This record gives sequence, C-alpha cells and structure tokens, in this order.
Amino acid sequence: MRVVLGEDLVLLRDGLIRLLQAYDFDVVEAVDSGPALLKALVDHRPDVAVVDVRLPPTFTDEGLRAAIEARKRVPGLPVLVLSQYVEQLYARELLSDRAGGVGYLLKDRVSDVKQFVDAIRRVAAGGTAMDPEVISQLLTRGDRDRPLTTLTPREREVLGLMAEGRSNAAIAARLFVTEKAVGKHIANIFGKLDLPLSEDDNRRVLAVLAYLDRL
Amino acid sequence: MTDHDLVRGAASRLRTAGLALARVPLCLIGLPLIPLQLYTYPLILVTVGVPLLLLFTALARKYTTLHRWWAGKVLGEPIPLPYRKPANRGPMTRVRTIATDPATWRDLGFLPLNAVLGVLFGVLPAALWLGGVLGLLTPFIWLAGGTDLRPNGLGPEDPGGWFLAPLLGGLYLLLAWWGTERIVRVHASFVRWMLAPSATEALTNRVQELADSRADTVDAQAAELRRIERDLHDGAQARLVALGMSLGMAEELMARDPQAARDLLAEARQSSSQALAELRDLVRGIHPPVLADRGLEGALKALALAHPLPVEVDVVLPGRPEAPVESAAYFAVAETLTNVAKHSGATSAWVRVRHENGRLGLMIGDNGRGGAEPTDGGGLRGIERRLGAFDGTLGIASPMGGPTIVTMELPCALSSEKTSSSSGTA
Repeated sequence: MRVVLGEDLVLLRDGLIRLLQAYDFDVVEAVDSGPALLKALVDHRPDVAVVDVRLPPTFTDEGLRAAIEARKRVPGLPVLVLSQYVEQLYARELLSDRAGGVGYLLKDRVSDVKQFVDAIRRVAAGGTAMDPEVISQLLTRGDRDRPLTTLTPREREVLGLMAEGRSNAAIAARLFVTEKAVGKHIANIFGKLDLPLSEDDNRRVLAVLAYLDRL
Repeated sequence: MTDHDLVRGAASRLRTAGLALARVPLCLIGLPLIPLQLYTYPLILVTVGVPLLLLFTALARKYTTLHRWWAGKVLGEPIPLPYRKPANRGPMTRVRTIATDPATWRDLGFLPLNAVLGVLFGVLPAALWLGGVLGLLTPFIWLAGGTDLRPNGLGPEDPGGWFLAPLLGGLYLLLAWWGTERIVRVHASFVRWMLAPSATEALTNRVQELADSRADTVDAQAAELRRIERDLHDGAQARLVALGMSLGMAEELMARDPQAARDLLAEARQSSSQALAELRDLVRGIHPPVLADRGLEGALKALALAHPLPVEVDVVLPGRPEAPVESAAYFAVAETLTNVAKHSGATSAWVRVRHENGRLGLMIGDNGRGGAEPTDGGGLRGIERRLGAFDGTLGIASPMGGPTIVTMELPCALSSEKTSSSSGTA
C-alpha cells in the first residue's frame, strides 16, 4: 500500500516511516511542508496519506488545508490527519465533502500501534477513523437532541464506536458481544434517529457523523 | 430670514434667557457650602468633623457636578470628574484624600466666583431683552402719561429723548439677539475652566488607572504562571517520571519475566498518553492552537461547537487584531460562555464581533434568566481585569428575567492580512 507522509518534526517523521514500513506500507514520499505535501499528494495519488495538521511555512493548519485542497483535486483521496489536539471544527471541514476515506486522530493514538495501523487501513479502504475525543464532544453536544436522549447507554456506546468508524466486528469484539447483537443495536439506533439503514458500513458511518454534526 | 425663523429664533433666545435667569438662585445657594466646609476642618480634631466633612464635601461635589453636567450639555461635551479616589474606604483616608485634593479647593473657590458670575450672566440676557422692549415702548408710555419712566436716564423733556429711547431699545434688542446664547456659553466655559480636571489631573488620573491595571495584570500573570507551574509539576512531569520508572523496570524484567515486562510497557504507554492529554489541556489554556490557526473567527466557532448550548457566531472583521488582544478577547468570550452554560439557564446564546472606530466590539447574549452582575472574585470581574490590561471595558445588561447581554470593547488596530466575514450556527 502506497503512503505519502506529511510531518515536519524529523523525530516523528522517522518514527512514522519506521512504523509504516514495519507493517509493509510503502512510503513513497515523506515531506515536511504544506506546499510540498499538496504537490506530493496530487503527483503520487497514494492509496492513503498520513498528514500532520501543523506544518511549515505558517505552522498553523497548513497540513489540513493541503489535505482538503488535495481532496478537492483528487476526489475521495484517502487522508488520515494527525494532530496534537482535536478540534471539531476541523473534523467538520474534513467530513464536509461526504466522500469518506477520512481520518482525524490525536497524535497520541500512534502509540497504540495496532489500532493506528488498523485506522490507516480503514481510511485507505474508504472508511473513516474519527478520534474518540471528537465523537465524545459530538455526543455531549447531542444531549440537547431529543431522539439521541432516547438511546440506551449500550446503544450510545455502539453509536460512539460506530461514529469512530469501527466495523461491526470490531465493535462486537470491543463490547464482548456477538456481531448479531451489534447489528440489532445499530438497527435500533437508526430507527430512533430516523436514519435510512444502509448495508454499506462506510455509508452508515457517514450518515451517523452527518447526523451528529448537524446538531 | 422669514418671519417664521424670526419668531422661532426669538422664542429660543427668550427661553435661554429665562432659563439663565432661573439659574441665578441655583448659583447662589452654593454659597453656604463654603463656611460649612471650612468650619468642619477644625472640628476634625474633636472627631465630629469627620462625618460632617464627608457629608458637606459630598454635598459640594454633588452641587458642582450638577454645574458640570449643565456646562457639559451647553458645550456639547461632558466634563469629567477631577476628584482623586481614596486608596481605601477608611474615614481618615478619605478625609486626607479630600483635604489634599486640589479639586476640593478649586470647588471651594468656584462657589463665590460662580455666585457673582452666575448672577451677572443670569440677569444680563433677561435685562437686555427687557430693556430693549421697554425702550421701544417708551414713547407710547410717555404719550399715555407715564412720564416718570426714564430709561437710561432719558426723560420726555430731554432733547432727542423721543428718538433716542427707542433707538437704544433697538440696540439692546440687537445685542440680546446676538448675545443671549453667547453669554450662556461664556458662563458654561467658565464652569468648565474651574471644574474640569486640569491637564495634570487628567494625566495623574490616567497614570493611576494604568498603575492599577498594570498591578492587576502582573498579579493575574503571576497567578497564571503559578497555575501552569503547578499543573506541569503535578501532571506531565509526574507522569514522565512514572513513565521512566516503568521503562526502567521493564528493561530489568525483559529477560526474566517477559509477561511482567509487557504489562509495564503497556503501563508506560498509558502514562505517556495521559501526560500528552494533560499537556494538551494546558496548552489550550495558555493559547488555544485553533486561535493561532484561524484567528478569532475560527476560534470562536470552534468554541461554539464545543459549547453545550447552540451558539450563533457572527464575526465581521476586516483583519486580525494583534495577538495579545485577540487572545484576551477570546478568553473573555470563552469565560462568558462558560458562565452562560453554568448560571443563566439559557437554551441558546449568540456572539457578535465587529470592529468600528478603532475598537473591537464583542457582544455575547443569551436567553436565560438574567440577573448577572460582577462579584469580587467572580468570573465577570476576572474578565474585566483581563480586558482592563488592554484599556478594554465590560458592560453588562442583565435585567431580572433576562435576557443578558454582555458587551466588551477593546481599542485595537487590525492588520489587514485577510478579509473574513461570515456567520453560522453551531
């Protein structure tokens, strides 16, 4: 799997390259600035990009802007954005094209290597990987939403994990229940929130995120 | 000039002259305040002078402030108060502040001068109008037999008296027409000259204000640094120590007990995550990254998104304020919105940001129950201090039953690096 990496701190860049190579990713280019990242993304059209939000020259949200711009030019280009902090505003901007293939994670999540690699693979396959912190913010805000308050605690848990972008199997493993039980919870959730139930995992996640985001 | 203008002009001038005449007693009743104040000073020795002095000075200041208000209205520009503020509320401190304040003694000097000038300037316009009308009517009164009337010492037997009396009357009227408003303005100028703070006093007051706000800022900064130091010490630093310990022990155990080593490594990873989370919160409190990234507009939108209530954000700024002002404005809004969530019982809020006349204006409103007021040590007072460091002001309109609107103003220039204007609901 071909990866473009955008990270300006040498230590982290080398660490990420090593980590990715250990899991058989092919890092085609590792860049350290916003403009270089945009060029690399458009030139290489990688299977997935791993991008730091804060990059030179402005050291603000250069990486995020480059990723969004690249997705405008190459629709659906899978991008996993890493950041020292998560901001719901940025998650919203990343998700706004409703195309999927988007990840937005705290940098800390890298330390759980297996989960992190799983997130990259998910994003590359057109899925989503949202940081639990983003989702918990969304769910807290959801407390003023009538339908959302009718969910049982278990359903809320499932909803949270689903919004993070996890598959039914992963949710089942996480909650120590069968996949069938998860499927039932999801059907209930979609019924209560009045969302059209889709067979496609990714589309289902996007529907949930869109629902949470418009609250 | 049409007849209508003439009537209107005359009416307004006559009203002004009448009011000036009515003010004469007002200028005179200030006189008793002079001995009242002066007598109380020796009485301070027998203590009763202290409350008396405070009382009479307060009366005198009310009285002169009334004149300030009047002169400010006439001159179209309010006259600020020149008085020094006592360092604390102790009675002796207040007496000392009053006694050493030059404004106290200028007030005292103002009272007799104003009594004289007030009578002069009060009577003069009315006298001119009256003398003028009387002069014009004199010949008719003489014809009707009122020969005792001798305006300006002219009698009917004087050569040219029949012609001179109405001529002088006309002159008076012209003078009255020209002079009524001017005389009142001269009086008002005199009041301002006596009662407005002198340049030195204005500067002294300004320096005092600046010293106060600087002290507040320094205090706040020191407290902030202490908080950061404590957070680092108890949080991230402690976690890193634990992390080092776990790693060291894992190193030891690697060969002997790989399972225990693995547990320790997992623990170490946990510690590093927690340290990062704590550092992140700390950084957010010092300078939110989104503020650096997106400026006030983006940061306020992010704030609104994270707020438990729906907050409508409406920002129109042709550029970015300087970083410290931006940061102060951001934290002021953040604190206010926190208060809204905690105390107001509101179901929605809004934030409006504009830049007009060299000032950054922020308004935060909610539909809650109102009754918000700054208390010492409360959040609103903290915001006031934060803004004070930048010469900013805080206003609160919060009637019982709501709604509450908090207004903040910060003088600042904008850099015109980008144009942004948008609004949205979160």
